[in-house]
Amino acid sequence: MFLDEIERTKDIKMHRQSPIMRWRKYPERYRLEGNRCNLCGRIYFPKKELCECSSREFSAFQLSGKGKILTYTEIKSSPEEFSEMTPYCVGIIELAEGPKITAQIADASVDELNIGDPVEPVFRKFFAVGDSGIIHYGIKFKKIE
Amino acid sequence: MEKVGIIGTGATKFGELWKQSLRDLLAESQLKAIEDAKISERDIDMIFTGNMCSSDFSGQSHLGSMAAEILNVNVPSVRVEAACASGSVALRQGIQAIKAGEADIVLVNGVEKMTDVQTRQATTGLMGAGDEEWEGFNGLTFCGLYAMMARAYMHKYRLTREQLALVSVKNHKHATFNPIAHYHNEITVDQVLNSSIIADPLTLLDCSPITDGGASVILAKENIAKKFESPIWVLGSGQANDTLSLHGRKSLTEIPATTHAAQRALMQAKIGVDKVNVTEVHDCFSIAEVMAIEDLGLIPRGEAGRIMEEGQTYFDGKVPINSCGGLKACGHPIGATGIKQVWEIVKQLRNEAGKRQIGNADIGLTHNVGGTGSTVVVNVFGRDRENKGY
Amino acid sequence: MVKRLNIGITGFGCYIPRFRIRTEDIAVANNQNVDLIKTALLINEKTVPNKDEDSISIGIEACKNALLRASIQPSRIKAIYMGSESHPYAVKASSAVIGGVLGIGGEEGNFTAADTEFACKAGTAALQMIAGQVEAEMIDYGLAIGADTSQGAPGDALEYSAAAGGAAFIIGKNKKGKEESAANILYTLSKTIDTPDFWRRNNEKYPTHMGRFTGEEAYFKHITSTTQTMLDETGLKIYDFDHVILHQPNGKFPLKAAKMLGITKEQLKFGIVVHEIGNTYSGSSLLGLVNVLENALPGQRILLTSYGSGSGSDCFVIETTDLITEKQRIGKKLLNYLQNKQYVNYNQYRQMVKMIH
Repeated sequence: MFLDEIERTKDIKMHRQSPIMRWRKYPERYRLEGNRCNLCGRIYFPKKELCECSSREFSAFQLSGKGKILTYTEIKSSPEEFSEMTPYCVGIIELAEGPKITAQIADASVDELNIGDPVEPVFRKFFAVGDSGIIHYGIKFKKIE
Repeated sequence: MEKVGIIGTGATKFGELWKQSLRDLLAESQLKAIEDAKISERDIDMIFTGNMCSSDFSGQSHLGSMAAEILNVNVPSVRVEAACASGSVALRQGIQAIKAGEADIVLVNGVEKMTDVQTRQATTGLMGAGDEEWEGFNGLTFCGLYAMMARAYMHKYRLTREQLALVSVKNHKHATFNPIAHYHNEITVDQVLNSSIIADPLTLLDCSPITDGGASVILAKENIAKKFESPIWVLGSGQANDTLSLHGRKSLTEIPATTHAAQRALMQAKIGVDKVNVTEVHDCFSIAEVMAIEDLGLIPRGEAGRIMEEGQTYFDGKVPINSCGGLKACGHPIGATGIKQVWEIVKQLRNEAGKRQIGNADIGLTHNVGGTGSTVVVNVFGRDRENKGY
Repeated sequence: MVKRLNIGITGFGCYIPRFRIRTEDIAVANNQNVDLIKTALLINEKTVPNKDEDSISIGIEACKNALLRASIQPSRIKAIYMGSESHPYAVKASSAVIGGVLGIGGEEGNFTAADTEFACKAGTAALQMIAGQVEAEMIDYGLAIGADTSQGAPGDALEYSAAAGGAAFIIGKNKKGKEESAANILYTLSKTIDTPDFWRRNNEKYPTHMGRFTGEEAYFKHITSTTQTMLDETGLKIYDFDHVILHQPNGKFPLKAAKMLGITKEQLKFGIVVHEIGNTYSGSSLLGLVNVLENALPGQRILLTSYGSGSGSDCFVIETTDLITEKQRIGKKLLNYLQNKQYVNYNQYRQMVKMIH
């Protein structure tokens, strides 16, 4: 069974398997926590170290998740770890507070989407690393009905 | 300031080269360039090798050392990486070394071995050119990223699916005249539209292939280059960087770094883009060529569809683009592409391009992109040392 | 004697996935008689989780609705217990993941959490545990969740009913002058008798059940005796209740149990939701409770009796307050989730449930 497991996960790259890399980003990945420049007020997601105004002082900022679709695609030829989820939609979302992010669009096929559609965040599974590895989760977006 | 000339160039065949390893490609490419320049390997002062994925696909880092070992030399030699712009950025290191007086003759290579791993693993590896955390980990592929740009562009400028397909059709036609190209078959718009969707709306035939290959050039300082028979001159070189991620960019329908890099290169060359008559752009996906010719200022914004329909981007048209077949049909060994583009310009400017020769070619431009526009290098070359621009 | 409690539900919410499969599509695929199945089970369609959904993701969406209605800072919640038969991990608490995602207990994670298992009553057991901590004033607020993505083997009767969904409840102590409760939990009691009606061994994908034995000696025995004990100990009569919710493994069982207890169809109106959803296991009776709370009037009395194989029943007496109406205006209701649906065919269904651990 051990060798079976190696077989199943060997094609998933090490950095995609790593639970630690993603745990570090839970506040952003799970809760859309960005930051806000103390000097000019600009909001960033993901967090930035240096503002466009050159300030290095930031405060934590919770984004609401409300946004709209700027563009999107449906992936039909996917990386190994997402092979069972294929096809799936990915888009660039403009959040209400300003930042733009890339995220999967859940529960939708490409024909159901339009540029400009309003979306809201949902918490979903990304992929499991084989049968014994970690399960990665994160935020996707869903059309507001 | 010291002008830099190209005194030799060489390239391997591009394709699925099962019998050739990474080292074999690097060796063949280097030796061909040295032979073309008719110099000895011992004349070389410095070596730069552009490559993106050797650590990932071959477990081999430290390519600088491999390049020197092949040539039995001990001169400074280093690998340069900037995703798909690795080749051009390596070229810039060579140019800068000569201008700084650190070297008289520099060998610049670009090489990539992509077919030793499965296609899917190669595709995932290429996502290192984007934002791993926020693009790759979301299940995006490079085709997916450009597909999103394609959708945004088509929405804004009303480019049709059929118009977009014209890019690949043209590049395949050009490649039939290029002996080293990966593909030598012609394709039709229907074939492009009917091939399988990789990331909506881009199909298989919108995407450049997974290719092995290598290309090299020999750069020399002005006093040495002018003694050669037909040196090609580096009139200007410009680079611009931008965000790693597509979502961080100011626009989804243009690549701003292209415009900045072009401005820098053309300013150095003291020339307007209207004087350029041979152009190699980075068509990693069909939409990339569409955006490139507008970003470079070769045609007005939003006009690409109409201009391509009129056949103007063919090698015998008013704005010839990618006479070698581009990345789509000549192939796209990542690190090699930037140097291969220079190889094509050199061939054109020397009048050695055979059936794809562009008439009166005297000013050439290469446009090489890393990622979705995170690094862009634009180089301008000329037959005459002092161009007639100013 | 059952103790009278002074705690209330300040927030409540549910979530069911978007996708559905019709009973007839499963029957046709398995070469079974559609009409016979429909009459036997009284399930028209059931929910199907998307490939990227599991009990944790479902639990979180239910909690979001509950938090909206409770309108308190997540940092004030100091305990989470979650019941499920399909926790994604055998060892790694779903409740801890959910707590982290929602910011429960604040940045420092000042809360306790654990996962429960008791077949379909794992969620109501979690509710009892939270009730205890809040009643004892060990914590100000606690969160109880019941969520499942249950599995039915192809061709087995359970394939028609095993569905996905979840519900969440935020409980707080009733304080004079600071009324926050939409519905007070007045009493709770349980019965547990070791019974081999339905189980699932470690590492097995599908449960095993003993067919008709799961009725009389298991489900019906526990539902009726636990409910009766509650009535005896509180002195309440069955007709004192405006709404009744029973565990719903299919559409038939709760109707039969209702008849045995003298419960009318009117009383079951909002509490039985299985016909269009299927059996969401740890979410089963709790989804019924959410639907009742989303439709009840102030001052109405609710009876809930859950059932978990193995076996046990948890019974609750709940009473709505004046605050219920304004809480009904916030968040997504079960009705909204029921309306936004998309059908899948049998092949798509099997592809989607393949992803469930």
